[in-house]
Amino acid sequence: MTTRAFQKIYTKIDNITKATVTLRASGVGNDELATVGGKLAQVVKIMGENVTLQVFAGTEGIATDSEVIFHGEPPKLKVSDNLAGRFFNAYGEPLEGGEAVEGEAREIGGPTVNPFKRIQPSELIATGIAGIDLNNTIVTGQKIPFFADPDQPYNAVMANVALRAKADKIILGGMGLTNDDFLYFKSVFENAGALDRIVSFVNTTENPPVERLLVPDMALTAAEYFAVDKGEKVLVLLTDMTLYADALAIVSNRMDQIPSKDSMPGSLYSDLAKIYEKAVQLPNGGSITIIAVTTLSGGDITHAIPDNTGYITEGQLFLRNDSDTGKVIVDPFRSLSRLKQLVIGKKTREDHPQVMNACVRLYADAANAKTKLENGFDLSDYDERTLKFAHDYSEKLLAIDVNIDITAMLDTAWTLFAEYFSREEVAIKEELIKKYWKA
Amino acid sequence: MKTTGRVNGIISNIVIVKADGAVGQNEICYVHTGDTKMMAEVIKVVGDAAYVQVFDSTRGLKIGDRVEFEGHMLEATLAPGLLSRNYDGLQNDLEKMDGLFIARGSMTEPVDFGAQWEFEPLAKAGDKVSAASWLGQVKEQWLTHKIMVPFTMTDTYTVKSVAQAGTYKITDTIAVVTDAEGRDHDITMVQKWPVKQAVRCYAEKPRPARVMETGVRAIDTFNPMAEGGTGFIPGPFGAGKTVLQHAISKQADADVIIMVACGERANEVVEIFKEFPELVDPRTGHKLMERTIIICNTSNMPVAAREASVYTGMTIGEYYRAMGLKVLVMADSTSRWAQALREMSNRLEELPGQDAFPMDLSAIISNFYSRAGLVKLNNGETGSVTFLGTVSPAGGNLKEPVTESTKKAARCFYALSQGRADSKRYPAIDPLESYSKYLEYPEIAEYLDDHIGKGWVEKVYAGKTIVQRGKEANDQINILGDDGVPVEYHERFWKSELIDFVILQQDAFDDIDANCPIERQQMMYETVLNICRKEFSFADFEECSQFFKGLINLFRQMNYAQWQSEKFNDYRKQIEQYVLAKTE
Repeated sequence: MTTRAFQKIYTKIDNITKATVTLRASGVGNDELATVGGKLAQVVKIMGENVTLQVFAGTEGIATDSEVIFHGEPPKLKVSDNLAGRFFNAYGEPLEGGEAVEGEAREIGGPTVNPFKRIQPSELIATGIAGIDLNNTIVTGQKIPFFADPDQPYNAVMANVALRAKADKIILGGMGLTNDDFLYFKSVFENAGALDRIVSFVNTTENPPVERLLVPDMALTAAEYFAVDKGEKVLVLLTDMTLYADALAIVSNRMDQIPSKDSMPGSLYSDLAKIYEKAVQLPNGGSITIIAVTTLSGGDITHAIPDNTGYITEGQLFLRNDSDTGKVIVDPFRSLSRLKQLVIGKKTREDHPQVMNACVRLYADAANAKTKLENGFDLSDYDERTLKFAHDYSEKLLAIDVNIDITAMLDTAWTLFAEYFSREEVAIKEELIKKYWKA
Repeated sequence: MKTTGRVNGIISNIVIVKADGAVGQNEICYVHTGDTKMMAEVIKVVGDAAYVQVFDSTRGLKIGDRVEFEGHMLEATLAPGLLSRNYDGLQNDLEKMDGLFIARGSMTEPVDFGAQWEFEPLAKAGDKVSAASWLGQVKEQWLTHKIMVPFTMTDTYTVKSVAQAGTYKITDTIAVVTDAEGRDHDITMVQKWPVKQAVRCYAEKPRPARVMETGVRAIDTFNPMAEGGTGFIPGPFGAGKTVLQHAISKQADADVIIMVACGERANEVVEIFKEFPELVDPRTGHKLMERTIIICNTSNMPVAAREASVYTGMTIGEYYRAMGLKVLVMADSTSRWAQALREMSNRLEELPGQDAFPMDLSAIISNFYSRAGLVKLNNGETGSVTFLGTVSPAGGNLKEPVTESTKKAARCFYALSQGRADSKRYPAIDPLESYSKYLEYPEIAEYLDDHIGKGWVEKVYAGKTIVQRGKEANDQINILGDDGVPVEYHERFWKSELIDFVILQQDAFDDIDANCPIERQQMMYETVLNICRKEFSFADFEECSQFFKGLINLFRQMNYAQWQSEKFNDYRKQIEQYVLAKTE
């Protein structure tokens, strides 16, 4: 940032903590950006003359006489069509050199869409993965995270979903992404010939953690440009939101805030909601769909981060390693898409809702049978059949490497029903049985 | 002269204002930045420093920015024309706002000041009146909207004149009343009330004595809600809180429904915006939206306004109650409201209570729930506000402060269980954990005797016992194995499954099953209960489970069939024969 004429430069810092500095200054606006000793910082608290700034890259090396220059404006992103195909850091500066993108500078973290102006999401996003399309159908304008353990291939699944989703733009917000994963995303998009549809804002593990706090807002400001101004279907990928929340906790800790559950700030719910609620179906046909990743520790969803996320997002997708088939599946019990009701049986075949429920119910019976088996009890004939069904269901439908369309998924399910069960056991509305039962 | 002040400190949405005069606790003020002014509320005063929470983003606000104090608390505007509107937490009409985004400082009128209403007088000169006395009425949609003496007028008055029948705007004077000292007061159709205070203009608040039908079997049959009662629905995410609330809002036997979407998802509100104007209320034949008011402060809207939203909703509810109407107020979710309180208390650096919530959380919650209730108005009519809130317990753990505080305040508890949700047993209301204190009220028992059938409460308890015993039997089966227990255990278990599948479970997405009128509930429940009371003698557990699975399938088809249709009666006959074949 070059200094502009008449810009006041402060050179006396009173307090320095690991992430913040405090100095006496006047005429400063809340949330305004500043440069502190060459590092970007943002105003987080003003008490009379005392202004507290959060230094994104950390305060290492900052001295009490370091230069502080206030920019007079909150963080902004320059938006234009030239964003497409580019990779940026958390501040919206191009990575790997290249020219800066010119365009209209927009404040990040802008205002809320009036709920009354929203349109009810109704357009299905087909991913080819039955664990999603059949059981937990996703629609445009939805926000849904993967809840996954760090060892699961969530980034690979997400990249697949993004490429198959037929979005006009894919915006990747990487927070604490390892460099390897970043390169993976890059090469997958490149190989698919999709680079011109991708915009990336990436904070890798090599960058300071507090910088991550800017990434979702940057990504979503770009998304709003394409969706609102251009009427495009935008898919935003945010990985990993747990690391984002950790950064929030660091800042609130440095600011002496009283932590609530799991050392997270008391405002975690609102902070996460501000991001996820940017997902929207707009009246102009444009939409922002958010698919995020929240990594869990040991599958614990009661931790404050996944717990608050679950209350905000419209469902969640769980990945699980299925020991029967040796495949990674989308867990049918714990996964949920809240918006599926808007499309299943309406945009898809009429039998979709009932077939979906019957499958899950029978799969649950199989789980019970398995428990019985493990406890050393005899299995009934029905139990045996549910186990066989579960194996096939897992392999032919739930596995994430299956890629078929929804009608084929439904047909596969009917084939499995007929193979292992009687009509009564499947317990679906009679009209549908008559029409679709595979004798 | 209004008190003014200057901004002297900013911490997120808390602003410290140096005031030049008197400032009241909870007083409203406007903070000016550039060309916009943002509403704020005083939450703490220290010397000449007023701590105000701004109902908007404080981005760009500077030290020295101007603040004007208004001299009154946060108020709701009460007048004809509230129905069918969509408000934010501060009663701004969302529909009237321009632009796709809500610009900072957007304010819109809550009612239409230009609209004309067909007024009909009820009072006449010489009548003695007091706050909430009915002076006249207008037709709002199809409801009779009473025009009352404003709630803030606390004396007794003599009516001097009432306007003749005719068309008036809400700001026209429709009556003049004289107080004890002979001063005249002009009364219009619009009044204001501070939302954080309860409206107490009624003669008495008796115990609830009627049941409010919701069309949800697990509630009406097993744990009925009283008209003027309070209840809450705690449940982990994905357990179906919102689907259940929407079902109740569609089907509840109420004149006015106020839905407060408090810190929840915008898409859920969009669903109401889209569906309610189209759906028809089966009781009245009118569109659902005509009796609905939505207060919508979604999770990404400013936190402070979220706190206000539940109070705004309750105040509007109390206003319609004073007209002798049945009002249902629902808030989804009260946990978000509590979290808003927590965020504020945190910024004020108050000493925290459990889980960093403010110490007086419990008092705030019970105070709020106590505003609901059945009331006898001064003119002998009754009105009611029934309140139903959802709670989103962190980690699904019911031992957290919001759930525990609410449990002390609410009389009905509809616990949604993760286990039931996982096995897609919806609504996931846990039959054993949940309760309705109203079942213990003799007034309610009497009402049920008269309106459903003699001895209904005993039947409800009998069903609960069957479910309890079924669960115990199932535990035994799981420990000892199918063969390790007598066949009677299986029978006990399957009888509880029968109640579960036929009565407790309900398909909220099926046009017919979604709404089950009380007459149908009675018939279904009694049929099921009679079967459960029969003793069967099964040869082995396989036969037992086969029998009940077949039975459940028939009952489910019956639940999907039109009430008393040919198909319905056909299934009914099939069931009779099916059971008869086994008992003979």
